[in-house]
Amino acid sequence: MAVKTVLPFGPQHPVLPEPIQLRITLEDESIGQVLPALGYVHRGIEKAGEKNDYPLNVFLVERICGICSATHGLAYCLAIEKLLGIEPPPRANYLRVVWAELHRLHSHLLWLGLLADAFGFESLFMQIWRIRETVMDVLEQTAGNRVIISVCSIGGVRRDLSEQQIEQTMNALADCERQLKAILPAILEDYTVKKRTVGKGVLPTEKAIRLGVVGPTLRASGVAQDLRMTGYAAYGELGFEPVVEQAGDCYARAVVRARECFQTIDLIRRALERLPEGDIQTKPRGNPNGKAIVRVEAPRGELMYFVVGNGTKNLERMRVRTPTLANAPALLEMLPGAEFADVPVITLSIDPCISCTER
Amino acid sequence: MKLIDKARMKSPWVLHYNAGSCNGCDIEILSCLTPMYDLERFGIVNVGNPKHADVLLVTGPVTHRGARVLRNLYEQMPSPKAVVAVGTCACSGGVFRNCYNCLGGVDKVIPVDVYIPGCAAKPEAIIDGVLMAVERMSEHTPLKRGK
Repeated sequence: MAVKTVLPFGPQHPVLPEPIQLRITLEDESIGQVLPALGYVHRGIEKAGEKNDYPLNVFLVERICGICSATHGLAYCLAIEKLLGIEPPPRANYLRVVWAELHRLHSHLLWLGLLADAFGFESLFMQIWRIRETVMDVLEQTAGNRVIISVCSIGGVRRDLSEQQIEQTMNALADCERQLKAILPAILEDYTVKKRTVGKGVLPTEKAIRLGVVGPTLRASGVAQDLRMTGYAAYGELGFEPVVEQAGDCYARAVVRARECFQTIDLIRRALERLPEGDIQTKPRGNPNGKAIVRVEAPRGELMYFVVGNGTKNLERMRVRTPTLANAPALLEMLPGAEFADVPVITLSIDPCISCTER
Repeated sequence: MKLIDKARMKSPWVLHYNAGSCNGCDIEILSCLTPMYDLERFGIVNVGNPKHADVLLVTGPVTHRGARVLRNLYEQMPSPKAVVAVGTCACSGGVFRNCYNCLGGVDKVIPVDVYIPGCAAKPEAIIDGVLMAVERMSEHTPLKRGK
């Protein structure tokens, strides 16, 4: 007879960089029911967004999540620009793409490293994070900070790139691509890695669509949906094809993110090559009035901002819907029936970002 | 006892807890462990069990729900121990100071030995802070206090 055990996974666990608790009911070694307990990182940012002036909020929303902060800043700025009726100059749009994609690159590399760590391949984790440092150096060189770069401002960007910086970025990207090509066979073709990922946490296409999954998790289940296709900022001019895999398991999710790393490098290159001359900032005038919805593609999937202005300096409401919120129901469907040893890999495969979700 | 103290200074083990941070400082702590910065050359190892740890690295402004976990972790660590507040929000609450669910700093819950400012705190600063905490810890040991 199977013995039932309830196991608290988290909030403090070496695999989880963030506090979330999964109460897992085990029947011997396989998983019965999973209940998440949330609220460990809820700070009340949406409420704080109503107290601050609207230009100050850029700094606040960037700190919703440190890993995709550039995308949060971008989405908020797009929403406010919609309300104010201003357009950033073309050069600013291209620079926004450059920084958003650099952030995506470091986020995907970080995830690939954590995945390697989750199934116990520590040297691979170290190697991938060594490659990630190349990207972090570029961020520090161009934006002045490693993680929270604060480049987007309402009406444009805060920093410009010099010829020398563009050249250094190009060199660093080439270096990063070369190292990635050398290391990726170790994660994508290795026998033991495949044993731990192929067929684990399968999410079929219909189920993915029914649960409203977003981002790389959705694309790994065979749906070509990526909000960069809608062409916000300069994506419309750069030409963009989403990366799609069919299998819907942990391996497919790793492949999608690995291929997106190369795609991102290509996008940054194209944006830097076609970088138009001109201003980087349009002066914002007046106060936001009305409602605006903006959807952008964060490294983890669709990120939505809903902003209500009432003609004063303070916003009436700021609502954020983050990708992990959409992916969490899928995680709870993937876990039951799996082996307990696969919990870290399956949990990580949706790239959970709890500080985004709880804000 | 003296030998154990010496060993501890040579190889302090760290425990990391995210008390409501935005992940920025957490990934910088992880960066410290990777080949570019390589904390392990100082014998510093990241552990998951508070009972094995000497130094507690805390990030984030401490949320109401995270405070209980943080206090538990601190109480489970054996003495001598040191607490390092990593990042501006762990030091003072930072940008989240006026948020309704934040206590505004690690020192509202447990005593802090070293404060590392920065948003996010740089790996170099974190390494410096951990080593400073180890130094402080050595001053706290009963053996040295007697001298």
